[in-house]
Amino acid sequence: MDGFLVQIINGLQYGLLLFLISSGLTLIFGVMGVINLAHGSLFMIGAYLAYVVAGITGDFWLAPPAAIVGGLGFGAVLERVLFQRFRNREHLDQVLLTFALILLFEEARASLVGNEFHAVAVPALLDFSVPVVGGFAYSAYRIAVLGICLLVAAGMVLFLGRTRVGASIRAAAENPEMVDLLGIDARLIHTLVFAAGTALAMLAGALAAPLQSVYPGMGDSILIASFIVVVIGGLGSVGGAFWAALLVGLIDTLGQVYFPQIAGIAVCGLMALVLSWRPTGLFSRA
Amino acid sequence: MNAILEARDLSAGYDESRILQGVNLALHPGEAIGLMGRNGMGKTTLIRTLIGLLPAREGSVLLDGIDAAALPVFERARRGIAVVPENRGIFASLSVRENLRLAARPGSWSEERVLALFPRLGRRIGNRGNQLSGGEQQMLAIGRALMTNPRVLILDEATEGLAPLMRDEIWRVIGVVREAGVASIIVDKTVDAVLSVADRVVVLVKGSVVHDGPPASLRADPDLMARCLGVAG
Ligand SMILES: Nc1ncnc2c1ncn2[C@@H]1O[C@H](COP(=O)(O)OP(=O)(O)O)[C@@H](O)[C@H]1O
Ligand SMILES: [Mg+2]
Repeated sequence: MDGFLVQIINGLQYGLLLFLISSGLTLIFGVMGVINLAHGSLFMIGAYLAYVVAGITGDFWLAPPAAIVGGLGFGAVLERVLFQRFRNREHLDQVLLTFALILLFEEARASLVGNEFHAVAVPALLDFSVPVVGGFAYSAYRIAVLGICLLVAAGMVLFLGRTRVGASIRAAAENPEMVDLLGIDARLIHTLVFAAGTALAMLAGALAAPLQSVYPGMGDSILIASFIVVVIGGLGSVGGAFWAALLVGLIDTLGQVYFPQIAGIAVCGLMALVLSWRPTGLFSRA
Repeated sequence: MNAILEARDLSAGYDESRILQGVNLALHPGEAIGLMGRNGMGKTTLIRTLIGLLPAREGSVLLDGIDAAALPVFERARRGIAVVPENRGIFASLSVRENLRLAARPGSWSEERVLALFPRLGRRIGNRGNQLSGGEQQMLAIGRALMTNPRVLILDEATEGLAPLMRDEIWRVIGVVREAGVASIIVDKTVDAVLSVADRVVVLVKGSVVHDGPPASLRADPDLMARCLGVAG
């Protein structure tokens, strides 16, 4: 029973990390209408950034801020140079273009840091375990990640729901032309959303680096999981993505522990069910 | 006095089709222009070209006497041109308050003043855009445009499809806005109402201006009224 509790926490922690990635993916789709297959690569880049920053400075705690700042800048440049042009293209074009980006990012990673697996040490400050229930202990770093993700999620909800910029992002998702007619630069909103989505994915990568190794192609499986979250939550819905991420995190984690034979397809099966039963998403309104 | 907004020999259209053919039109501060013409004559196309949603193919749009070709839509809006589009453009998932506040720019039109103009919106302030009736949406669209503190308010079929009481309400507000000194371009099918509020009436036929003059000159020409507006003289 206590082991079960630990797995639940594991599932929630994985789910919250998934939320950081899929919230950007779903916002970018909702606001810009762009399907970005390279979103998983941004997670990988964030993880490698953490590996490099922690390696050079010896201080892991510089990595998350570096991922956020670097992600905002990198995302803004990507949007201005490339994604702005993808916006009004067919989805097939977007898929091809962003698939090419995956290859490009992997190639860049290979030539910059090579193809080896790397471990990133858990920061010393949090390198201990917290007793949970009855003899079971839980990594303090994992708990910290859980807390950081929750904070970011709460911040996003408040920002999107309560601020004027947040309202203009929701408005731009509905009708960018009308946003322009009100004197607000919808293009700037697109850049902002893409930059924020990139920063969130890279932050997730940096936070995940000490939890798993840093390795080539690590963005692929997270991309698939994130797409499943986006579909289950309802395309474009950040709130939906939150609950869907928790659900997928739990099902995937518990599945792998208790039903390893079917764990691989459980989440995909859930997505298929949602698509056929509620194609607008399990958590979408109306 | 310099025109705020002007079209000079303006031509524009969609893909292959050329809709506007050498349109000339000048709107001066505080002036109300009634833009008329049957369905499909190019009124909406002219509005879209003035605000920059469609590029000018030939001729130009001038804002305060300066060619606006390089100004994107949001920049023209910031310089004081507000458009209430045919479809109203209410953000369905945003509340009435959010719809209004999103648009706010400094000036005398505040949330309080807009709500005083449309008391009905005040009672719906927390409702989402998609929970409003058609008339309430139209009020919100106009109120939101006023929140930008425009020098020019362009209304595209603002009373279309509304119940008579709602129409009266919109016409009342158009009168108030005019008294407040905001210039306007009013596109509407209700000929009598347009003629009574406008300083000048411009009639479009197949993308060309066939009449530009005071309402009296149009009233005096029942033949033109019948041909171009479908109004029995
Ligand atoms: N998006 C569009 N693409 C192609 N043709 C259009 C489009 N919108 C309008 N038109 C055509 O342009 C002409 C003028 O339309 P419009 O400006 O909407 O007229 P009005 O507002 O006076 O009723 C019509 O013949 C219409 O069919
Ligand atoms: Mg029209």
